[in-house]
Amino acid sequence: MAIPKICGIETEYGIQIRGSESNPILASSLLISSYVAATSKKSDAQGINWDFCDEQPAIDARGFSYEDSFAPEIESHLVNAVLTNGARYYVDHAHPEISTPECRTALEVLAFDCSAEEIVRRSMKLAQPFLGPQAEMVLYKNNSDGKGNSYGCHENFLVSREVPFGRLVAQITPHFVTRQIFAGAGKVGCEIPGVSEREVPYQISQRADFFEEEVGLETTLRRPIVNTRDEPHCDPQKYRRLHVIVGDANMSQTATLLKVGTTSLILAMIEDEVMPVDLSLAHPVPAIRQVSYDLTLRQTLLLRDGRRMSALDIQWALLEMASKYSISHGLECLGGQDDGEQILQLWETVLEGLSGEPESVSHLVDWVAKKRLVDGYSQRHDLQPGDSRLKAIDLQYHDMREEKCLALRVGLDQIVADEQIQRGVTEPPDSTRAFFRGKCLERWPDQVISANWDSMVFEVDKGPLRRVPMMEPMRGSKELVGHLFDSATSLAEFLEQLGV
Amino acid sequence: MAEQVRKNKQTPDRSEVTTEVTSTATAQSAQTKSDLDELLDEIDDVLESNAEEFVKSYVQKGGE
Repeated sequence: MAIPKICGIETEYGIQIRGSESNPILASSLLISSYVAATSKKSDAQGINWDFCDEQPAIDARGFSYEDSFAPEIESHLVNAVLTNGARYYVDHAHPEISTPECRTALEVLAFDCSAEEIVRRSMKLAQPFLGPQAEMVLYKNNSDGKGNSYGCHENFLVSREVPFGRLVAQITPHFVTRQIFAGAGKVGCEIPGVSEREVPYQISQRADFFEEEVGLETTLRRPIVNTRDEPHCDPQKYRRLHVIVGDANMSQTATLLKVGTTSLILAMIEDEVMPVDLSLAHPVPAIRQVSYDLTLRQTLLLRDGRRMSALDIQWALLEMASKYSISHGLECLGGQDDGEQILQLWETVLEGLSGEPESVSHLVDWVAKKRLVDGYSQRHDLQPGDSRLKAIDLQYHDMREEKCLALRVGLDQIVADEQIQRGVTEPPDSTRAFFRGKCLERWPDQVISANWDSMVFEVDKGPLRRVPMMEPMRGSKELVGHLFDSATSLAEFLEQLGV
Repeated sequence: MAEQVRKNKQTPDRSEVTTEVTSTATAQSAQTKSDLDELLDEIDDVLESNAEEFVKSYVQKGGE
């Protein structure tokens, strides 16, 4: 049976200091340092450092290592903190990035993605006093600056090592090309050199313009639809972490839930070898752009077997397979029948809407909500494609300032309660090893020397440093270790009870 | 059965659309239109006043 689909989302935010010279690395450092200094429980108000010993981003899932590829470099000198909710908050290249803690369900990861937005909003306010009187720090949860520079929102999924990687690539690619019809965040214009705004005034995805390969290791150049980074951050004999770089950052909670939930479900079906219909596309790279530019959702794509299907047809076919799978195999891999059924229901609802009148899902789907604004504003003011005001609407849709954010005004459905979002700013999920990480940071902040996804290093009573490995993502949950946090009176006692 | 409910919807049967459904849809559409007008009024207030400068000055380095 498919293994639990532990998942997480890492989001790079756009950052700018308006009204002042803006160095993005310094701005990102200031943003995160301000938050860490204000919230750290350590007696010196410093954050807990990230431990880089486990980072190997150059290893390729296909079993070899590219000497000439542009594998990401690790920037260990930049600000890099671990938070009590189990998240990682750091400067990556020239952007602030926040990775949610590992979660058991798509709904849980959605909640922590919302909490990450809240952390970013608080950080903006905390950094503001360090800027000049005319300057304002602004962050955007989007994926491009409209000028050809893109930054990512990556998803991660736990996958069994037993699945041959080639089959995984073949079977997940049709979903990665077509899921944008409900998970696309929408974009005014096009960033392919030589393509004018008259040709592509609006498109479904923020990211489709930037994908040039079907499969590969890079994330910053020649971006691939399926990324092969093989860095599981857990037991490498048993697991892979599928690092998904093809998605947009979503403002719609429904879109985030569906993006993660449908992908988890299809990965489970691939693990269980229950993909009866071959939907392989003949040309996935041109197809991802074709889907993004086709606002009618009616154009068809050539499949490898010669058939033609639209992105909607492919999504309906995937949903049909997933529905049968839910009956034959159950949905425990998604965290339970209720969680899985919620994904199936929502998936059907958005496909129904998109198949009929797309505007009917403007409360669920970002690109539809944004397009409604752009079209309405264009008509009201008689604007032409390429007008700066339309691009401003696009940018402000993703604005992290509540008073400026347009996504907060378009009537998107809210799935996660405000109290849960606030709680997730400081409290880890109960369901994974993130609980152990977060609670150790909360309880013994001065004795945690460093932490990363799969281990923590402690200093106990000035003795030698002790590393606690966390190679199983499900171990360290509240169910397994919660009572030890309750009963232990010291870190030494806690580690002894833990048996390490 | 779920698979019956979620049968392939790529060719919806238009003949099933009744007059009643159409009039409801028209009412909804009018409601949607007035919602949109209100929203656009608000956008006029919220949108950055110098859109050209706002958009031009937003330059990021590639990430990931």
